[in-house]
Amino acid sequence: MSSTARSPFVPHTAAEVEAMLARIGLRNLDELFEAIPADARFPAIDLPQPLSEMEAMAELRALADENKNLEHLACFLGAGAYQHYIPSIVSHVTGRSEFYTAYTPYQPEVSQGTLQSIFEYQSMICELTGMDVSNASHYDGATAAAESVIMAVSASRDKKKRIVLSPTLHPEYRETIRTYTQGMDLTFVGDQDLSTRDPNALAALVDDETACLIVQNPDFMGRIWDLEGLADQVHAHKALLVVACNPIALGLLRTPGSLDADVAIGEGQPLGIPPSYGGPGLGFFTCKREHVRRTAGRIVGQTLDTRGQTGYVITLATREQHIRRERATSNICSNQGLNALAACVYMAALGKQGLREVAALCYHKAHYAAQRIDQLPGYTVLADGPFFHEFVVRCPRPVSTVNAHLLEQDILGGLDLQPIYPSLTNCMLLCATEVNTSAQIDRLVAALQEVSA
Amino acid sequence: MTEPLIIDLSEVGRRGVSLPACDVPETALPPETLLRDSLDLPEVSEGDLMRHFVHLSQMNYAVDIGMYPLGSCTMKYNPKVNEDAAALPGFASTHPYQPAETVQGNLKLMYGLQECLNAITGFAAASLQPAAGAQGELTGALMIRAYHQARGDTQRTLMLIPDSAHGTNPASTAMVGMEMVEIKSDARGLVDLADLRAHLSDRVAGMMLTNPNTLGLFERDILEITRMVHDVGGLMYGDGANLNALLGIVRPAELGFDVMHLNLHKTFSTPHGGGGPGSGPVVAAPVLADFLPGPTATAAGPGDKAPYGLTMPVQSIGRVKAFYGHFGILVRAYTYIRMLGAAGLKGVSQIAVLNANYLQALLKDTYPVPHAGVCMHEFVAMGQLPDASDVRALDIAKRLIDYGYHPPTNYFPLIVPEALMIEPTETEPKRVLDAFAQALIDIAREAREQPELLHAAPVNSPVGRMDEVRAARTLVLRWQDRTTTE
Repeated sequence: MSSTARSPFVPHTAAEVEAMLARIGLRNLDELFEAIPADARFPAIDLPQPLSEMEAMAELRALADENKNLEHLACFLGAGAYQHYIPSIVSHVTGRSEFYTAYTPYQPEVSQGTLQSIFEYQSMICELTGMDVSNASHYDGATAAAESVIMAVSASRDKKKRIVLSPTLHPEYRETIRTYTQGMDLTFVGDQDLSTRDPNALAALVDDETACLIVQNPDFMGRIWDLEGLADQVHAHKALLVVACNPIALGLLRTPGSLDADVAIGEGQPLGIPPSYGGPGLGFFTCKREHVRRTAGRIVGQTLDTRGQTGYVITLATREQHIRRERATSNICSNQGLNALAACVYMAALGKQGLREVAALCYHKAHYAAQRIDQLPGYTVLADGPFFHEFVVRCPRPVSTVNAHLLEQDILGGLDLQPIYPSLTNCMLLCATEVNTSAQIDRLVAALQEVSA
Repeated sequence: MTEPLIIDLSEVGRRGVSLPACDVPETALPPETLLRDSLDLPEVSEGDLMRHFVHLSQMNYAVDIGMYPLGSCTMKYNPKVNEDAAALPGFASTHPYQPAETVQGNLKLMYGLQECLNAITGFAAASLQPAAGAQGELTGALMIRAYHQARGDTQRTLMLIPDSAHGTNPASTAMVGMEMVEIKSDARGLVDLADLRAHLSDRVAGMMLTNPNTLGLFERDILEITRMVHDVGGLMYGDGANLNALLGIVRPAELGFDVMHLNLHKTFSTPHGGGGPGSGPVVAAPVLADFLPGPTATAAGPGDKAPYGLTMPVQSIGRVKAFYGHFGILVRAYTYIRMLGAAGLKGVSQIAVLNANYLQALLKDTYPVPHAGVCMHEFVAMGQLPDASDVRALDIAKRLIDYGYHPPTNYFPLIVPEALMIEPTETEPKRVLDAFAQALIDIAREAREQPELLHAAPVNSPVGRMDEVRAARTLVLRWQDRTTTE
């Protein structure tokens, strides 16, 4: 008999393997693989030597220790991934293996935990955004944005091909939208430079050939825009208004739903999910009820079982690839299950008062930091209107120089905006949240002052 | 047994978490016109919240409870140390825009994982960015499209897909603006070479093939298939959903595939999370390596020289999501590969295939297996019993719940009527397989003698069969939609 390498995860003894082979009617394990071309069968795989659990954990810990992490740095970096306090209860719920070792809830009788928590997630995301319908989530904010464009095209009569993008929609969302739609022959306008940053300027680009306008609010540079009336201008051309939003900001700010947006999407990572070097996050996707049948992704609905009890199922599955195949609304066949659960627990734990308080703390900390920095010689806060928890600072030196100095003092500075918007020379995007103490902000200000000196 | 919605536990004034007081001078809020009105989230205590979610968790079936033999889903046991590694603050608390010099550990891990995946599959380059298998497919289809476009070969708009394929293959093809051409399976359950030949032309962009296919059979003509597609200028996409059968057994690149996605949440033991997040890295042969999405992790020089960085492949299709992939999932998969090594991974596939063949041997006299013979990591039986004509695959699946098992995938693949697609994975011991087979044999006897037991099943689950028609008709998709009578 050929040898099998045992690991703690393959429970078979040699005697069991023998007995099983005998039952099948084979002499050895190699006979299981005779359909495979002989020349290519059983290649040598060049991998590092296997490790015990203890050794593996030591190696992983050593890798983790090569990083500087946000528990030791004072972080003022945001730009689409945010550090927030995650209440303990979140990981205690998501750490229950009844949740994390389950599959997509195809068998509702034994998946009510997953299904009801998705229903609760959908309910709270709708409440937060003021929209009618939420799906069970997408991979991240960027892919939710891409799916919103595809939906807007399919919702338009004669499949309109023109998309108006805000230049202050997250740059990686704009890239992802372009990647996803490479085969759709779309035209994108509006995001060449910052001259169209004002949503009113973007609205002027919407014409009868336009499928949708996508704006972000607060925008990528933190500015809060008054979107009152924008939807009317977009709808006059039978186009859809898509608003990308930050879920923490919605603890304070007007909802896309109240502004008559057709679709509201965003990155749900701030809702109890660690930044984890950018993923996995949580793409939330909400829309008006009239678009529910064009929505991509899983949707959970309430119903009754044969015993008359309330229960939950995946519904409207006829939109999906396993039934509709090439005519499906998308190829997506999963959601960010466990991260949607984290967001669900987070929203319920923070609740009606708590989410508003977190949003207010972010707002006050960011404004305090901005006021202090704006007083420093050589620094200017470019705030031409209200902002939430991010703001642009023009520095006296290149951002890389400033950030290198901050890092020496274990401060993670803001994103360099110049590579994205060339007109913003020496500009950084700073972020403050509830985790930034006044002492940290004071340290930041002092360190910045040293660079200007 | 049901659990109230969290909103129904809400009482004005309760809270689930305390927050610090504001330690900076407050600034006036923006004008009222920019602010929201009410925010009707629940108001619950931490204790109420924990009990609510523990109750919900108890209504789930999970791999940590018992056998979960969903075909094509590879529901193997998820090692706990993977979770501990991913939760290390050094990984979980890093920001995607930190300077590269502060995240060398992350980049080294990503680079190392890329190298491991290349070694296992035989491909030249990898991108860890795709978020899931379906997104990996979309990525592969976009790369094939971009390759032909870059050569000015723009008339290639057809993608060949076998009728046994997952529904994601045709859906991904449609998303990139290509047209699907379905290729028939023959009596063996394999690609019908004559039908394939009949559809080959200079309009073919490529072929998407799952190998082993969804019947659990290895496409034994694979070298002929890939040669035929290459001969007309097409490229071969490998759907890696079933890679768990092939670790250390064969490298897909050596079978003629040009690009392939892997499912880290299937083959490499990261948990399914109740639907995600998974991870769907894409590996590519030299012909397509430059088209990978990015950025990908790179070393400063030969011999994996530090420092590590992030680079966009030169002809990249672009980003398929923000940042670099599901990093937390990558940590888990890397941990698993480091513990198993080459011999351990080969053992995984050997035993996964052994388990499937053993179960098939135990069951094939009770449940017809249309394509019997040696299978790979899964097999497809029919839930259609000769002497119990009013019992369907669905009834058998639901009755398995009463016996304490998760049902197999049913009604897929579409080419087998009343399909029951069974994938035990390597982590189930013989004892569990014997008991599972006995349960299915007992259910077959019930189907003949007491079919009402199957029609009424499940009875031992927290809820019974759901009225899915009602769900689709009344559309209660959030608690705000409930009518006052409910």
